[in-house]
Amino acid sequence: MSTYSVSDTTAAAPRAAVTLADLSGSYGVGLAASLVWLAFGLSCLYWPDVGDWSRTGSLGIGAIVIAAFILFGTFSADYLGGAGQALRKRAPWLVAFGAFVTLWEVATAKFAWLPLPFFPPPQSILEVYTDDLPKLLDSVFASIKLQLGGYIIGATIGFITGVSIGWSQKIGYWVHPVLRFIGPLPATAWLPIAFFTFPSSWSASTFLIALATGFPVTVLTWSGVASVSSAYYDVARTLGAKPSFLVLKVAIPAALPHVFVGLFMGLGSSFAVLVVAEMIGVKAGLGWYLQWAQGWAAYANMYAALIVMSLLCSGAITLLFRTRDRLLVWQKGVVKW
Amino acid sequence: MVVQSAAEAITYPAVGAELDIEGVSHAFDIDGAVLPVLDNVNLAIAPGEFVALLGPSGCGKSTLLRLVAGLEKPRIGSLREDEARISGPHPSRVVVFQDPTLFPWRTVWDNVALGLEAQGILKTQRHRVDDVIELVGLSSFRNAYPHQLSGGMAQRVALARALVNDPKILVLDEPLGKLDSLTRIAMQSELVALWQRKGFTTLLVTHDVEEALVLANRVIVLSDRPARIKADIAVGRPYPRHRGDPHLAGLRKQILGLLGLEATW
Ligand SMILES: Nc1ncnc2c1ncn2[C@@H]1O[C@H](COP(=O)(O)OP(=O)(O)O)[C@@H](O)[C@H]1O
Ligand SMILES: [Mg+2]
Repeated sequence: MSTYSVSDTTAAAPRAAVTLADLSGSYGVGLAASLVWLAFGLSCLYWPDVGDWSRTGSLGIGAIVIAAFILFGTFSADYLGGAGQALRKRAPWLVAFGAFVTLWEVATAKFAWLPLPFFPPPQSILEVYTDDLPKLLDSVFASIKLQLGGYIIGATIGFITGVSIGWSQKIGYWVHPVLRFIGPLPATAWLPIAFFTFPSSWSASTFLIALATGFPVTVLTWSGVASVSSAYYDVARTLGAKPSFLVLKVAIPAALPHVFVGLFMGLGSSFAVLVVAEMIGVKAGLGWYLQWAQGWAAYANMYAALIVMSLLCSGAITLLFRTRDRLLVWQKGVVKW
Repeated sequence: MVVQSAAEAITYPAVGAELDIEGVSHAFDIDGAVLPVLDNVNLAIAPGEFVALLGPSGCGKSTLLRLVAGLEKPRIGSLREDEARISGPHPSRVVVFQDPTLFPWRTVWDNVALGLEAQGILKTQRHRVDDVIELVGLSSFRNAYPHQLSGGMAQRVALARALVNDPKILVLDEPLGKLDSLTRIAMQSELVALWQRKGFTTLLVTHDVEEALVLANRVIVLSDRPARIKADIAVGRPYPRHRGDPHLAGLRKQILGLLGLEATW
C-alpha cells in the first residue's frame, strides 16, 4: 500500500498577518468558540447562584482559561501541526457545546428555569468529579474489571463455538438446538437464578456478561464461516492445504468481518447486562454507583456517573473498531466510527 | 517477456507428468434427478504436452478439470498422473480458475506464498515466492491487496500462485476469459513462454478457438452435455505462432464446424 501513497501535500506556508477576510473565514469560527466559552465563564461569575455550590468560581475561571486556549490555538493553528488542524475542524462543535453549557448554567444555577434538584448545574457535576473522585474511580475500575472479564470469556467461547458449528456438521447437530433455545433469551432473565446458583455475585455477573456477549458472537462467527465461498477451499486444497490450514488460514480470516459484527453486537448487549447486574447484585461499579446516588437523591452524582459511563462505552467501541480497522485493512470501504 | 522458440524449449528438462484419463463418466444429482455430465472420456496427455479443451458452455469442461485436480472423484473410470491413480488434490497438479479467487485478506506476496505455506515449506523457500512474482512482473505490487489490482494483474497473481509450486501438471480453466483482448493476447504469449521454460504438462479449457490454436499442441473438441470427445486435432505448428497463419485458419474453420458454428465464419 505504501508504494502508492502520495506524501501529504505540505501545509500552506504560515501567513504573516491576519486580514479582515480571515476573521470571517478560517479564524471566525475559532474566534466565536472562544467568545462563547468566555461568555460561559462570565455567566458563572457574574450572576449569583440560586443554590449553594462550591465550584462555581473554579468553573468560571476554567471556562475562561479554555476560551484563552481556543483563542491562542485558533490564531497559531498553522504552527501547531496536527493539533491545530484538529482544533480548526472541531471549532463549530466548540461553539455549539459552549453555547449549550452556557444555557445550562443560566437555566439552572442562575435563574432556576429548570427545576432543582433534578437538573443540577454544571458546577455541581464538577463538584462530584473533584470531591467524590475516589469512589467514582473505584466504581470505574470495578466496572471495567467485570466487563472485561465477562466479555473476553464470552467472546472467546462464542468464537470457538461459532467456528466449530460452522465447520463441523456433527458439532452443529448438537449445539445448534441448544443455541436456538437458549440464545434468544435476554441474559438478564437469568439474573435471579444466576445470583442463587453461583458462589459469588461477581462470578454470576461474569457469567451473564459472557452469555450476552457469546450469543451474537457465536451466531455471526458461525454464519461467517458457513458463508465462505467454496472456491477458496478448492484453491487451498489444490495447493496442498490440510484441514487445519483450511480452518485457521481460510475459514477464520474469511469470516473475520462477520466476527467483528458479532463482537460489536455482543459489546452492546453486555453493557446492558453489566449495568443491571451491578444495580441488582454486585455492590460495586458504575451501575451500583448510579443506584446508590438515586437512593440519596444525589442527582449530580447520577449525571456525573452517566457521563463517565458513556465515555467508557464509547471508548470500548472505539477500541473495538480500531482493532477491526487494523486487522481488516484488506477490506475496502470499512465504516469509520 | 521474451517468447522462446520451440527448438530452444527442448533444451530444458521436461518436468511435466503424463496424464491419463480412462473411460471417465461423471454425473451430478440435482433434486433427485441424475444429470450426466461426462460420457466415457478417454484422453492420454504426454509429459510436457499443451492440450486445449474446447466445448460448448455447460458441457462439462470444468467438471473434467475438477476430476483432474482431484477435487472430485469420477463415478466411472479413472485418472492417472504418471501411472499413479489420482485420489485427491495434490500440489503437483495446480488449477488456475476463471476467477482469480485471490484471498482478499492476503497481500500479493502472501497469496503467492499460499501453496508453500500450506505444505509447511515456506520458511526455507521464501525466495521461490520472490522469484515467481518477479517472473509475472508484479514485484512492485508484492504488498498490494487484491482489491487494488486490475483484472489482468489479479490473474497473473493467480498464475504465480500456481507456478510457485513447480507443478507437473498445470490446469487452466478459462484463465483469460474475463480479460480485455489486449491483456489477453499479452498473457497468451507469457503463458507459452512459461510453459516452454518450465516444461509442465498443460491442460487448458478455453471458449476461444483462436486462443486454443495459438497455444496448444493438441485441441480436443467436446460435444454438448454429457461431454464426449468429438475430435482430437494436432496443431503441429512451431512457436511463436501467428494469428494470421493460414494453416491455423483452416483448423479454425474445421473446429467451428465441429462446434456447429460454421455459418458464423
Ligand atoms: N457441483 C455441481 N452440482 C450439480 N451440478 C453441477 C455441479 N457442477 C456442475 N454442474 C452442472 O454440470 C454441468 C457442466 O458444468 P461445467 O463442468 O461447469 O461446464 P463448463 O463446460 O461450462 O465448464 C452444468 O450443467 C452444471 O450445471
Ligand atoms: Mg466452466
